[in-house]
Amino acid sequence: MDFLNALVVLANFVFIPAFAYGSQLALGALGVTLIYGILRFSNFAHGDTMAIGTMFTILVTWGLQALGVSFGPLPTALLAIPFGIVLTALLVLGTDRLVYRFYREQKAKPVILVIVSMGVMFIYNGLTRLIIGPGDQNFADGERFLVSARDFKAMTGLDEGLALKSTQAITVVVAILVVALLFWFLNHTRTGKSMRAYSDNEDLALLSGINPERVVMVTWIIVAALAVVAGTLYGLDKSFKPFTYFQILLPIFASAIVGGLGSPIGAIAGGFIIAFSEVGITYAWKKVLEYMLPESLEPSGLVQLMSTDYKFAVSFVILIIVLLFRPTGLFKGKSV
Amino acid sequence: MRTLALFALIAALILGTGFVQSWNSALIILNMGLVSAIMALGVNLQWGLAGLFNVGVMGFVALGGLAVVLTSVAPVPEAWEAGGWRVAAAIVLALAAIAVAVLAWKRLPRKTRGWAVAAIAVVGFFVYRALLDPAVSAIEAVDPAATGFLGGLGLPVLLAWPVGGLLAAGVAWVIGKTALGLRSDYLAIATLGIAEIILAVLKNEDWLTRGVKNVIGLPRPVPYEIDLQGDPGFVETAAGLGLDPTTASTIYVKLGYSVLFAVVLVALLVLAQLALNSPWGRMMRAVRDNEEAAEAMGKDVTARHLQIFILGSALCGIAGAMMTTLDGQLTPSSYQPLRYTFLIWVMVIVGGSGNNLGAVLGGFLIWFLWVQVEPMGQWLMGAITAGMADGSALKAHLLGSVQHMRLLTMGVILLLVLRFAPRGLLPER
Amino acid sequence: MSGGPYGDRGNKDLSIANPRGMGVERPVRAGGRERPAPGGPFLIGEAMTGGYGRGSDILHGCTIAVDRGEIAVIVGPNGAGKSTAMKAVFGMLSLREGMVRLDGEDITALTPQARVRKGMGFVPQTHNIFTSMTVEENLEMGAFIRRDDIADTMEQVYTLFPILKDKRRQAAGELSGGQRQQVAVGRALMTKPKVLMLDEPTAGVSPIVMDELFDRIIEVARTGLPVLMVEQNARQALAIADKGYVLVQGRNAHTGTGKALLEDDDVRRSFLGG
Repeated sequence: MDFLNALVVLANFVFIPAFAYGSQLALGALGVTLIYGILRFSNFAHGDTMAIGTMFTILVTWGLQALGVSFGPLPTALLAIPFGIVLTALLVLGTDRLVYRFYREQKAKPVILVIVSMGVMFIYNGLTRLIIGPGDQNFADGERFLVSARDFKAMTGLDEGLALKSTQAITVVVAILVVALLFWFLNHTRTGKSMRAYSDNEDLALLSGINPERVVMVTWIIVAALAVVAGTLYGLDKSFKPFTYFQILLPIFASAIVGGLGSPIGAIAGGFIIAFSEVGITYAWKKVLEYMLPESLEPSGLVQLMSTDYKFAVSFVILIIVLLFRPTGLFKGKSV
Repeated sequence: MRTLALFALIAALILGTGFVQSWNSALIILNMGLVSAIMALGVNLQWGLAGLFNVGVMGFVALGGLAVVLTSVAPVPEAWEAGGWRVAAAIVLALAAIAVAVLAWKRLPRKTRGWAVAAIAVVGFFVYRALLDPAVSAIEAVDPAATGFLGGLGLPVLLAWPVGGLLAAGVAWVIGKTALGLRSDYLAIATLGIAEIILAVLKNEDWLTRGVKNVIGLPRPVPYEIDLQGDPGFVETAAGLGLDPTTASTIYVKLGYSVLFAVVLVALLVLAQLALNSPWGRMMRAVRDNEEAAEAMGKDVTARHLQIFILGSALCGIAGAMMTTLDGQLTPSSYQPLRYTFLIWVMVIVGGSGNNLGAVLGGFLIWFLWVQVEPMGQWLMGAITAGMADGSALKAHLLGSVQHMRLLTMGVILLLVLRFAPRGLLPER
Repeated sequence: MSGGPYGDRGNKDLSIANPRGMGVERPVRAGGRERPAPGGPFLIGEAMTGGYGRGSDILHGCTIAVDRGEIAVIVGPNGAGKSTAMKAVFGMLSLREGMVRLDGEDITALTPQARVRKGMGFVPQTHNIFTSMTVEENLEMGAFIRRDDIADTMEQVYTLFPILKDKRRQAAGELSGGQRQQVAVGRALMTKPKVLMLDEPTAGVSPIVMDELFDRIIEVARTGLPVLMVEQNARQALAIADKGYVLVQGRNAHTGTGKALLEDDDVRRSFLGG
């Protein structure tokens, strides 16, 4: 019984939150890794692309709610995501046309594009705050819990409850669907393969008749979709605040790099590694240990390895350790 | 010529602020402009001279702020008695554990070293926490409303500036050693991460910095306004100049900072220019422009890069210390990457990568705009919304969001400069 | 300052910039149109003069041609402009004088990409495969411009290079040097080109593999596909060539059948080493 209780606590406070957070990071890191593989720079504006995309989704959600449209027990935001994706795709494509394309034509070095993306970051950040404001927005509606702690206790007779927020379940399901779709696209469609070819060897892709501008365009559309989905899921699960989305850039970069920049599989693995370490190291293990250990050994403190405020430090330390031992990341940064 | 004209423009902008708004505003802009110029100088050294991509400027600036607290605040003897020495012991122990782990990694055979290092790290961590945690609670329990931290050394505040530089240099050495030593360098992500960590430490280690409770009332290198106002001689002089004592005292204090900051900036700028044109600077540029050739000539590129990374970060540390001295308080929650890392980058790019004078110019210009875009935006939005009905939601929203215009403006400026003047306003020769 | 206003100042930071696989070639110009120009050999670069970008001329009135069913080989000492001549025919550098004609059309104004669509198959000397993709995907990418069924062509390539069939699910980057060259040639064949151009196909492979590659190239030529090839191993290459060009400093020094060149005293002494 104690063992089961310990497991439930673990699932409730570590496993489920980390899994949801990991899915969100993985989706974010996939976007970063795709840009890195195909446009060949780290996009500092990715966090803010997520923010602005989520903002579009929220605005559409409010619109739908005002019209009285709802999605039954599911959050209305899920209905709004396609609109958010279209708007964000238009925005990033416009940005590419106005800003990035010029530097591709100049054959500018990737690091210049990184600086350019800083400019885009400022603009997106400003736009988001200008339109929706810097404050917190909660836009989740529908059922709050799939399984509430009380129901779980009643069902199982255990002392500990297990709550499964519907947003967490949605996050994981949507993330799996999106990732499966992306992998199918990259590995089994002509366009997807041409993207991988372009990433691998630009000149040879050109000789094979692959149109670089088309590859870039498709990439931006996919990245916009990933950013909107990741951002909306994160916002549903926690809440939407522009600054948080800017800050999430660090764990997202860390995930992409830990997995091996340019490798989609790596981005996913990296996302989960970072998420589980962050949650695991900042969680107070006292309760789990109380169930697992005999009374005499029970800890007096919280048994929290680090305070939650250090979660960024955790991603970073993991990153450094991985880089020290495997400079190309876990999944040898291959091209997408 | 161009240089002179552009600097004259800056002077005109600041003087204009003085005439149009107030001399206090003008001096505030000037003082932070001086500090920003030093930060830009530091980043320019790294990016312009060596192509190093430092996106952790905020961290080094914050370390400068920490240096002010550690140097100038009076020590809190009760806190030291309560647990200061234990904290010190814990830190020494942590450092020792790291040293032993590194040593073990280097000395032990391949098979066992992984486990050995892991064991040392885990044991070290728990012993460290066992030693640190009670000491920290003890310290933070000492008069938490007023102190609750160890305080500093109680030395003159001006000493904190070089200390800030040293502190930043020390951290830069550790980062550089790790991130530049890897087969391919990973400096950007390393600096991005370390800046967040430094900030997390500043916000959470209350025994060191009082965390989000802020350290206020830091010692100043210039007199206090209130003392000046109470000084009959000063009041008389002010009256002679046709100023009321309050305005006169605030301007006098700010001017004092301006002079101090200007001295530091000029000294650093002269040093940077001398360095740039010295054999060392020529070598650095040679390394930058053709790393392979430089390596073939026996130059240790990594060591050179480490050197310049440390120097640039130290400048940011000095500037950070100056800024905290100017503010008179350390507020860890005020450090934001957009403002303290990316804005500095805008300064460097706009000013002209690789040109020290350009960096200084960019520092002043961008800071001026950062401050003044808001009133300008206010005016613009006022004009736009003039026709709208009072009390309309859109009008209120537009007027309320003026403060975010500056982010937008900075982005637009950066992109325009990169596109149409990629070498910046003052290009590198 | 390194690399113009948009250079990287020697930055080598892989956490933000990914130089791997980045293109270096850029089209000479936006690309003009072809014009009819009947007569002459199947493919000819005639009196070509030009160099890279705004640099000085490398080619000086150089002429290279190949006809149906022939193997033409370009040989010459290091720095003679052999590869440059081939790239000029393919449109990768700007010609100041001269023209390129393919199958009765003047294609001088076309970009390399447009020339691929016109039926030129080009195998670069290096970076000529997609290393992270499987052998089969490499071949598929070779056929990217085709919209019809490519299964037959792929089967033909596999018949020509049986080893590739065994390794078709393996990443091309994991193959040996000789196998990689086979992938590269196979990729170019997938477009069903009207002419095949090979830039030093045997660079860096062992003599045995080299002989095998030459055998395969002869096989390709026998199907009626003209082959234009730059070779470092002049003796072996001339032995299989119907037509040989010896270039020296960007000029045609000797031209003739492979056999004639091998027997020419001048060529032997100055270039083949006795």
